[in-house]
Amino acid sequence: MAKVKLFRTWSSPFALRIVWALEVKGIEYEMIYEDLSNKSSILLQYNPVYKKVPVLLHKGKPISESLVILEYIEETWKSKTPSLLPKDPYQRAMARYWAKFGDDKILPLIWEEAFIKQGKDQEEALVAVHENLKYLEVELRGKKFLGGDAVGFADLAFGWLANLVSVFEEVTCVTLIDREKFPLLLTWMQNFMDAPKIRDTWPPCDKLITKFRALRETLIAKEPK
Amino acid sequence: MANTSSTHDVKVLGAWPSPFVIRARIALNIKSVEYEFLAETPGSKSQLLLQSNPVHKKIPVLIHRGKPIAESLVIVQYIDEVWSSGPSILPSDPYDRAIARFWAAYVDDKFFPSLRPIKSAQGEEKAALVKQVNEGLVLLEEAFQKSSKGKAFFGGDRIGYLDVAFGSMLGWLRATEKMGEVKLLDEAKTPGLVQWAESFCADGAVKGLIPDTEKIVEFAKLIAARMKGSGSS
Repeated sequence: MAKVKLFRTWSSPFALRIVWALEVKGIEYEMIYEDLSNKSSILLQYNPVYKKVPVLLHKGKPISESLVILEYIEETWKSKTPSLLPKDPYQRAMARYWAKFGDDKILPLIWEEAFIKQGKDQEEALVAVHENLKYLEVELRGKKFLGGDAVGFADLAFGWLANLVSVFEEVTCVTLIDREKFPLLLTWMQNFMDAPKIRDTWPPCDKLITKFRALRETLIAKEPK
Repeated sequence: MANTSSTHDVKVLGAWPSPFVIRARIALNIKSVEYEFLAETPGSKSQLLLQSNPVHKKIPVLIHRGKPIAESLVIVQYIDEVWSSGPSILPSDPYDRAIARFWAAYVDDKFFPSLRPIKSAQGEEKAALVKQVNEGLVLLEEAFQKSSKGKAFFGGDRIGYLDVAFGSMLGWLRATEKMGEVKLLDEAKTPGLVQWAESFCADGAVKGLIPDTEKIVEFAKLIAARMKGSGSS
């Protein structure tokens, strides 16, 4: 029986972060797929506060919240390389800062604003997205990954951009990330997409498009006019 | 070099009412690190702040040897890692660290956002927010019982990461009780937290940093008046 279990869904980008961390570090684990429309009693037991994936179960103890799980993996399997966080405290702080920036700013601006708004509102949302993505573009100067030569904590946090930007663009028929304005970001997305151990983990694109298309319709219907 | 730093080495950009700023200051106190506190004027942002945190333009910012770090919990972890010979802020066991980080994130993502609007909410909306906060406090009480293992703090015998993350909110929690005319920290429902709150505020590293409830109430009124006056919605 596997000592490490990961509760995930086929599409959750947050659960994918954990898949990447475990794969990159070569940690053996068992994947358990959840159906969020019909949550297992065991998931509700392991994550009573949020009732969400991912949940990592290690030696019978559950851990929730993807960035918390990443730190746990890094600290528990110390000898498993590569390290996700650098040794220098300032560099570690920067990695954590960028990960938080992604979740607090970029993610909601894209998925709670640009994705569901239309017309002028969408244009304004896109301006805000681009203003914030600029910081990422600058951060990538002279680096292959946010972590340097190899994939690190901040790359795992932003990894969802690599496959979901094209889904966004397909569903909304709007260009989210422009080749001219964000050449480094687009290169990073391709490098991340193709990175060893990561390239075989992507959920099927067509299935994602169907899902996000349906999701967008539901969310637009809920939007106040 | 020894574990000493000149006051110029470590600066905190902040303001007294911010619970997030208080976190950084408590963490430095835990490590007995001297620092220069650069108070931002409410309503305006200094050049130094805009330069040091151009992305968010928010306090706190820790400036150590000229390098800025933003985001309060990132700052607290940085302090723990740099001044590693001082008392530890995060627990040593990875699972305990994960629990502390989980609840600290909960305070930021769920608890504080449901607390803030209570003071100016009315009727049904207010009742719903109060219910949310109370449910959160029950969860935090449970977390306290598990984490403290019978000791005074989430961190055990000494204040730790989650004490700092949650305790920094106590000034606003009490002020919200006053302004919203509602009891939140209740002996009957969350006895552990009531006791913990007293112990936390009396701790050497915390003393003087949690503002008086009255001061926060006045400050909140000032901000509300300013916002009304400027006609901003």
